[in-house]
Amino acid sequence: MINPFEIIETIKMIDEENLDIRTITMGISLKSCAGPDIETVCRKVYDKITSYAKDLVKTGEDIEAQFGIPIIHKRISVTPISTLADALDEPTVEKCVMIAKTLDRAAKTTGVNFIGGYSALVHKDYTRGERVLIESIPQALAATDLVCSSVNVGSTRAGINMDAVKQMGGIIKEAASLTADTQGFACAKLVVFCNAVEDNPFMAGAFLGEGEGECVINVGVSGPGVVKCALESVKGADFGVVAETIKKTAFKITRMGQLVAMEASKRLGVPFGIVDLSLAPTPAVGDSVAYILEEMGLEKCGTHGTTAALALLNDAVKKGGVMASGYVGGLSGAFIPVSEDAGMIAAAKEGALSLEKLEAMTCVCSVGLDMIVIPGDTSAETISAIIADEAAIGMVNTKTTAVRIIPAPGAKEGDVVEFGGLLGTGPVMPVKKYSSAEFINRGGRIPAPLQSLKN
Amino acid sequence: MKAVVTVIGKDRKGIIAKVSNILFENGVNILDISQTIMQDMFTMIMLVDFENETTALKSVVEKLDEAEKELGLSIHVQREEIFTSMHRI
Repeated sequence: MINPFEIIETIKMIDEENLDIRTITMGISLKSCAGPDIETVCRKVYDKITSYAKDLVKTGEDIEAQFGIPIIHKRISVTPISTLADALDEPTVEKCVMIAKTLDRAAKTTGVNFIGGYSALVHKDYTRGERVLIESIPQALAATDLVCSSVNVGSTRAGINMDAVKQMGGIIKEAASLTADTQGFACAKLVVFCNAVEDNPFMAGAFLGEGEGECVINVGVSGPGVVKCALESVKGADFGVVAETIKKTAFKITRMGQLVAMEASKRLGVPFGIVDLSLAPTPAVGDSVAYILEEMGLEKCGTHGTTAALALLNDAVKKGGVMASGYVGGLSGAFIPVSEDAGMIAAAKEGALSLEKLEAMTCVCSVGLDMIVIPGDTSAETISAIIADEAAIGMVNTKTTAVRIIPAPGAKEGDVVEFGGLLGTGPVMPVKKYSSAEFINRGGRIPAPLQSLKN
Repeated sequence: MKAVVTVIGKDRKGIIAKVSNILFENGVNILDISQTIMQDMFTMIMLVDFENETTALKSVVEKLDEAEKELGLSIHVQREEIFTSMHRI
């Protein structure tokens, strides 16, 4: 029989330290649904999603009950919808919004929490369908509840599409103003990426990439609370011990993810894709990445030393997790979504954590400037410039970076915006007062860096 | 299907009787049992065998939930693989 101490350790991780499986995400290819007629496309999309994912939620609940491990979300990711837009006879914003509504309806029928993939990859240039799809994002997000959208504007191989960067500043502003009654909530469902990954199970950036198969199960684990508690037992020890402790904990967390992924894959008869090793926080106290950094000895997350602490954490999580799963993928790193992390919220409220420090932190972890509320009167060009900075970090460091930023209409620096649920509470963070407009208005493409020439 | 039943709480009379009775009534076989005091808490761990997989597990969990409230304990029923996969390579 298994050692009783190990049994109690596992139960304690789940009951007291918020260990959970954040999401089982089913990727469904919609390539077979493309066609010229919008009515037919919508019907095919709805039928395919509701038939492939009909047992997803129930299977998740069964696994949860039998293994006693909470599975917080069940989600669906689909082929970037720009693929469908491109195949339409005459792509229009209205037609794209019809597809978004179809996705929303299919998600509600299957009972999942989110559906991702209202996306376009335009890191080099746009196709006609991609352009229309991006234009339709604000309306699509305002008209739906569960649809998540992402746009890839740069990559190490292609450089940065600055026309798309410029456009996304305006799209984010428009999405915020269309959902002003919910303080710009649509922006919480919209991510701008550089080096987007094809098998990410996490929202809002999940989509099923070009190289993926017909249907796949990807799993994202979560366990910042477990790591924090493990570090409490090595107070004052040197960094070698800290890294070892995180590695061992990450291994255990990931094994749980692997088990759930294999089980879900077997029961649903769908191939297992990857386990995403990311440490994903929630607003619950005791489920915070910031508190891990503070446990390492920082008075407040965001003070000097935060980047180094995060670099160690991110690396140790990967090293521990990678042996625990047959296939690791997705984003796999520590997330730092400000509004979704109790410690980050506190640090931002007290002024310890600034946008500039967050930008530095994104150089050493996944994913980027995430769930950050900025003043409602921030200009589109400034938002574009924030995206450009973040994309540059991703491009040069050959890593994924993202911007999910909410210019909450009417909100000023010092205000606090409530989103509720997993999306949490966002203190409004100040942005630079100086203009970046002339820079952004240049347009064109930033050439791929020397790092891209690996052949 | 093998599962681990864990009972944690303040020691009192009749815990083992109550839990094993529920298992017996649902046709669940107890393969191994250990009992200890861990961090001042009564801790009982049972390895059990469910012959009829999911339906039995569901009804056992419901009954144990009632016992959990009645005795003021924390009771978990989890498939064995969660522990083996987490703690064994």
